[in-house]
Amino acid sequence: MGVEGIGARVARKEDKRFLTGKGRYTDDMSVPGMKYAIFVRSPYAHAKIRSIDATAAKAMPGVIGVLDGKQLLADGIGNLICGWMIHSKDGSPMKMGAWRPLAHETVRYVGDAVAIVVADSVAEAKDAAEAVVVDYEELPVVTDATKALEQGQPQLHPEAPNNLIFDWQIGDPAATDKAIAAAAHVTEITIHNNRLSPNPMEPRATLGIYDGGDDHYTCYTTSQNPHVARLVMSAFYNVAPENKLRVIAPDVGGGFGSKIYIYPEEIVCLWASKRTGVPVKWTSDRTEAFLTDAHGRDHLSKVKMAFDANNRIIGLKVDTVANLGAYMSLFSSAVPTYLYATLLSGQYDIPAIHANVRTVYTNTAPVDAYRGAGRPEATYLLERTMETAARELGVSPAELRRVNFIRSFPHQTPVIMNYDAGDYDASLDAAMKAADWNGFAARKAEAARRGMKRGIGMSCYIEACGIAPSAAVGSLGAGVGLWESAEVRVNAVGTIEVLTGSHSHGQGHETTFAQLVADRFGVPIDSVNIVHGDTDKVQMGMGTYGSRSGAVGMSAVVKALDKVEAKAKKIAAHLMEADESDIVIENGELKVAGTDKSVPWFQMALSAYTAHNLPPGMEPGLKEGAFYDPANFTFPAGCYICEVEVDPETGVTKIIQFVAADDFGNIINPMIVEGQVHGGLAQGIGQALLEGVHYDPGNGQLLTASYMDYAMPRADDLPSFTVSTSNTPCPSNPLGIKGCGEAGAIGSPPALINAITDAIGNNRLTMPATPQKVWAAAHAAN
Amino acid sequence: MYETNYHRASSIEDAVKLRQAAGEGKYLSGGMTLIPTMKQRLAAPTDLVDVRQIQDMKGIRVTGRTVRIGAATSHFDVASSAELAAVCPAITGLASHIGDPHVRHMGTIGGSIANNDPAADYPSAMLALDATIVTDRREIAAGDFFTGLFETALEDGELVTAITFEAPAKAGYQKFANPASRYAMTGVFVVRRDNGDIRVAVTGAGSSGVFRHKGMEAALAGNWSPDALAGVTVDASDLLSDIHADAGYRANLVKVMAKRAVAAA
Repeated sequence: MGVEGIGARVARKEDKRFLTGKGRYTDDMSVPGMKYAIFVRSPYAHAKIRSIDATAAKAMPGVIGVLDGKQLLADGIGNLICGWMIHSKDGSPMKMGAWRPLAHETVRYVGDAVAIVVADSVAEAKDAAEAVVVDYEELPVVTDATKALEQGQPQLHPEAPNNLIFDWQIGDPAATDKAIAAAAHVTEITIHNNRLSPNPMEPRATLGIYDGGDDHYTCYTTSQNPHVARLVMSAFYNVAPENKLRVIAPDVGGGFGSKIYIYPEEIVCLWASKRTGVPVKWTSDRTEAFLTDAHGRDHLSKVKMAFDANNRIIGLKVDTVANLGAYMSLFSSAVPTYLYATLLSGQYDIPAIHANVRTVYTNTAPVDAYRGAGRPEATYLLERTMETAARELGVSPAELRRVNFIRSFPHQTPVIMNYDAGDYDASLDAAMKAADWNGFAARKAEAARRGMKRGIGMSCYIEACGIAPSAAVGSLGAGVGLWESAEVRVNAVGTIEVLTGSHSHGQGHETTFAQLVADRFGVPIDSVNIVHGDTDKVQMGMGTYGSRSGAVGMSAVVKALDKVEAKAKKIAAHLMEADESDIVIENGELKVAGTDKSVPWFQMALSAYTAHNLPPGMEPGLKEGAFYDPANFTFPAGCYICEVEVDPETGVTKIIQFVAADDFGNIINPMIVEGQVHGGLAQGIGQALLEGVHYDPGNGQLLTASYMDYAMPRADDLPSFTVSTSNTPCPSNPLGIKGCGEAGAIGSPPALINAITDAIGNNRLTMPATPQKVWAAAHAAN
Repeated sequence: MYETNYHRASSIEDAVKLRQAAGEGKYLSGGMTLIPTMKQRLAAPTDLVDVRQIQDMKGIRVTGRTVRIGAATSHFDVASSAELAAVCPAITGLASHIGDPHVRHMGTIGGSIANNDPAADYPSAMLALDATIVTDRREIAAGDFFTGLFETALEDGELVTAITFEAPAKAGYQKFANPASRYAMTGVFVVRRDNGDIRVAVTGAGSSGVFRHKGMEAALAGNWSPDALAGVTVDASDLLSDIHADAGYRANLVKVMAKRAVAAA
């Protein structure tokens, strides 16, 4: 490991820009003639649109145009789509209702866009938006997924009777039922996974620019995957053919999944730019973000876990209802199915699993992937069930987990996944040691003397990252392949540009990707630039989500570096009249092993471009590209332990300590990994203690539409984290990377809730465990 | 935000004159509630009369045990006043936990009490301290000032210029903060005077805004200790219920915060 190579704790190159206010986000973009858009949004959760009258609005000062859904339809702009086909267990395809970028017949949630106003200023656009008269006929509303499935409830889409999108299953129902019937003990529990708002620091924004001279469109947007945005907008939404559409995702201030999807605003601003003849910029305000950014989670599950007389799990049965909101967002169908139920084996050897999942339309914002996407739901379900079972069986939570750990790899679960490597005992041991688990009883007694209820809880999570082998996901219904691309350009003076299809929106790619190059060629990371987020620069890519940038994106870079290295060695060998197999690259020099002969890296690069003295037949230049398609998912895993004190008078939970012991495979930059874990823990603790989207069930109004009512975690809600890793390299990719972006958010909620329920002696507790809920549970019978 | 005219008043008289001349005018004294409300287009005053720079409305004066706080004094200045802390640390402590540092440097005591947000901290202190609200035209006892949710006895155009109170022998304030907004979900300010007078004022919990709890006052009159409140019942029927806390939980918080306020006094 060099000082800037793989494994080095290098400070992030991009932070200078971010911390000094020099970042360039979509809202910072300005082009000549640019105008501002405001969307007219439905104030009702469910209504028919009788008419839209924009006459008054069009006459307002500064207004360039007001456009609605009928015009959008007339121009042939297509429906928004869900890109992952799921079939119900009866073989029928999922029931996808039409999602128009601008609703012209029916609105289905508060915030559904019905018109766009383009004006000289935001204020004038807002004034005019208020003057657009939409005549609505209110319809009855349903916000709860379980209720929406009942007879006689409001129907959202004619395509989906009883609001049921699909009724899907995985695993072996007969074998699972048999195991439950034969069990020595069955633990039953109902698990609710609360709906969350993603809350990236930067709200969504887009700038649509139509150039009539070339019939060409440019879309600046807050996207985690600009190439996917271009693909979908050209192939499905009929905005423009790919060669006439450039998508740029510049600096993006956090995504957490919510910026994977293509939203109506990008499409409508591009179309409106052509219609009005001016560039059109829209920036979401925070209330719009709460209303329209895709939400996460919102599952209700019934669980049965069967044990034999030796406390070994012999079967797991799960019945889940997942709320997908008013429309099917881009990956919404994959989250509660292949990203969720395939992880239900956890770290445990479970011979029989059956999961049934019903997804449901409701009059709420669309729900899609949010940090972890399905895996937090699986982990919370499993780890609360394990904790409950341990209490029922009278064994320690660690012992019950140890009895059931998978210890031989590869391990084929009954739910598709093939785990390739792991050491679950190592994480559990490390976490228990760091938390001084054995000293807990004394700490509990001491707390009791102060009138406080102390509790401890653990969670052993596994997740699937490195998303994903293209053929495998294709066979499961994915509309895209999930490989990644890279191009490495060595300039004539030896500096290097790496073009990647991964997209950094807080992850630190400009540093970690450069560390790969520094490690390989011994050049300083300052001589390496990472280029991403522009479809005109990077040919194609699948973007960043599912902790895939390291395992998949970097693997593509490695493949390209291999090719560059091979050619560089040929050039150097030729220059030094040596055999290319004798060339080694160290500290920025290409050396002939065992001699004092060397060529500096920059001189080799210059030779590639002067082309005065290249090996016979070699093309000039030094630029190589590669695509990498992963062979398997990767399987980060770990053990989290949380210790809390509950104030029985108020129900306030104080986190005394939080220990995270992870297995992320090989690590490029430990500091960035720790930052990812800290952030993930904060989000997981936020879900468990504070965050929750509330809709009024009677009228579908969003009650948590600002930070006055939606509780985000703050510094004083969080302890100082104790983090460590004990890593087993991933065997399926060249760097041995598993991924770390989501682990914190996946593993932490159950550890925290298990700790609180341990403290109060009542297992009936739902997230977020607000003081009121904890107080009520602490004073109620279990 | 709709278009509005901004005026910076140089004196109390100037402020009142500007406000009278305005169409739909509002005094601005920090704007920590008004400005966000205007940004959401939920309020649309034609004119804002900023009173925050009026020298006669700024500063804290302690004479013996008589306290006078100018209405335009920021929460930060109240929180960091050593003079005030020497006679009534409960109110400096209260001010130090309002909002965040930005809010404490912009928001003012006059702005807070004139707005009378049912979850604001100061109204409970004013009521428990039996403070006098001084305006451009009269003096109003705190007990008559707070009349309902966001409602006060202020007449149209009347400007709060100062508050005064006698520092009590003992005072304590405990707040249970809303996890999202950090406003008081329940806050209780308790006061005991040398003559045996007790006041317990509750903010954040009442469905009609800040109120005194006579049952707790009676219990503490006989025995100034947290334990004295053990037998007191807090009626939940007049308390707020929302997505953060129902009335029953707030009733519990009223009692727990009162106990802790007495302990801290």
